[in-house]
Amino acid sequence: MTLSATAPVLVRLDRVTMHYGRGSTAIQAIDTVTLDIKKGEVIAVVGPSGCGKSSLMKLISGLHPASSGSVMVEDKPVKGPLKSVGMAFQASNLLPWRSVTDNVLLPMEIVQPHRSLIRRQRSKYKANAEALLAQVGLKGFTEKFPWQLSGGMQQRASICRALVHEPDILMLDEPFGALDAFTREELWCTLRDIQQARGVTVMLVTHDLREAVFLADTVYVMSNRPGKIVKVQTVDLPRPRDIEVTYTQPFQDLVHELRRYIGGQH
Amino acid sequence: MHMKNAAITVVAPTVFTVALFVLWEFACWLLALPQTVLPAPTAIWAAFRQFQNPIIENSLYTLWNTLAGFAIATAFGLLLGIAVGWHRAIYAAVYPVLIGFNSVPKVAVVPVLILWFGVGAVPAIITAFLISFFPIVVNVATGLATTEPELEDVLRALGASKLDIMRKVGIPRSLPYFFGSLKVAVTLAFVGAVVSETVGANRGIGFLMLSAQANFQVPLVFAGLMALAVEGIVLYAITAAIEMRFTGWAFRGQNR
Ligand SMILES: Nc1ncnc2c1ncn2[C@@H]1O[C@H](COP(=O)(O)OP(=O)(O)OP(=O)(O)O)[C@@H](O)[C@H]1O
Ligand SMILES: [Mg+2]
Repeated sequence: MTLSATAPVLVRLDRVTMHYGRGSTAIQAIDTVTLDIKKGEVIAVVGPSGCGKSSLMKLISGLHPASSGSVMVEDKPVKGPLKSVGMAFQASNLLPWRSVTDNVLLPMEIVQPHRSLIRRQRSKYKANAEALLAQVGLKGFTEKFPWQLSGGMQQRASICRALVHEPDILMLDEPFGALDAFTREELWCTLRDIQQARGVTVMLVTHDLREAVFLADTVYVMSNRPGKIVKVQTVDLPRPRDIEVTYTQPFQDLVHELRRYIGGQH
Repeated sequence: MHMKNAAITVVAPTVFTVALFVLWEFACWLLALPQTVLPAPTAIWAAFRQFQNPIIENSLYTLWNTLAGFAIATAFGLLLGIAVGWHRAIYAAVYPVLIGFNSVPKVAVVPVLILWFGVGAVPAIITAFLISFFPIVVNVATGLATTEPELEDVLRALGASKLDIMRKVGIPRSLPYFFGSLKVAVTLAFVGAVVSETVGANRGIGFLMLSAQANFQVPLVFAGLMALAVEGIVLYAITAAIEMRFTGWAFRGQNR
């Protein structure tokens, strides 16, 4: 499935700035960012450390307000937490006292209407979560505790937790940053497949340009703090992409092109 | 593997304790220490046999006071700990008072309590409570405060309320801290009850020891001390067992 050119816009940022704190000690994290994310699109945000990538995520998910400009999701201004966002981070943050399945079910105990339903229909929900875990290759580990899993497996479970309530947007903040290169590529494919199957909109923050180009439809490069978008790169490599594509010339050229924008010389 | 574990957890402490008593017995015998200075374990055992009933009776009385004070401390400490962990403002508001309060030696408070409530169980229970709630508060608050901010973001992005986050994450993750503090608190409560009884009481193991001391019955004083030690170990072991039962996941990787 390739993203259709006519897909509706899901997220629209218009000249958004954002600060932490107030007054003279305020730190500006985001500087006049304008971007659109289409429904079903995968965007990747890359940039130097501390440039405001995580801040951009917080902004879009409604966890932190903008200081100026407008943040719209589904044509409605974002005023507070969106409730339809799934998030995963570099650390899997699974709860050690819950089994993998129960960890994945955590969002269901929070968001409506599942929150009211899950108590009565636990077994049905459980079956759904197990099916999701099977999709990412965790069949047979559902009753294990997180600390009995490898780092890569924990990260798969963490992504399932972010997806279980079928969010409109999946936000991934360096989700594979702590993994070795082979596991990382494996998880790229897992993410690619699950995104394709569900058509979920993804915002991926990463330090890895190859990861960004492999997974994204559009790559945004941010400058040093306060984060400004210095480059928008459309990736029109055909989908579905195989790992082999990363060794091709067009792919390498894209990575090369992006690399030029990182390092603060712009 | 299992045999080795048993050797460590059962044989080692037994051997150590027995050796300690044997050494003590020999020291008393070799140095010919008078009973009024340091009675030998055999003399203490004899005193215990002779005064078995009053010792057990008074021990149980002290135990009851300890448990009553400890129960109040647990409930109060848990609630205050959650309140302190709930919001930075509550933390800022109560911490100085709490620390000041904890720094006051509780022996100094007992006369006031006796003045207010008279000689009896109440001052002992209150002292046990006062001395033991602090570690519970601190530990519960710490457990709540160390919730990973990213996990909080995950839940907040789903529209979770502060109460949701507390219930699903904060409180479960502070349970190991809570149960860990109970082990400390229960022994402190015991100390509190005995201290209160030695300042002013008409029953209890502290009172018994004080009376024995007044009559120069030093072996009986030591028998009382031994009774205290045994009860302390039992209380600790019970809370440790409860801790293991409820928060076994926090001990992952140690034995599995
Ligand atoms: N809670 C906060 N309070 C104050 N300043 C913050 C806060 N969070 C981030 N900042 C600041 O905002 C800037 C952007 O931070 P952000 O976390 O968005 O960077 P990032 O691009 O995600 O970095 P990294 O790649 O290292 O994760 C940083 O300079 C940081 O110091
Ligand atoms: Mg970040």
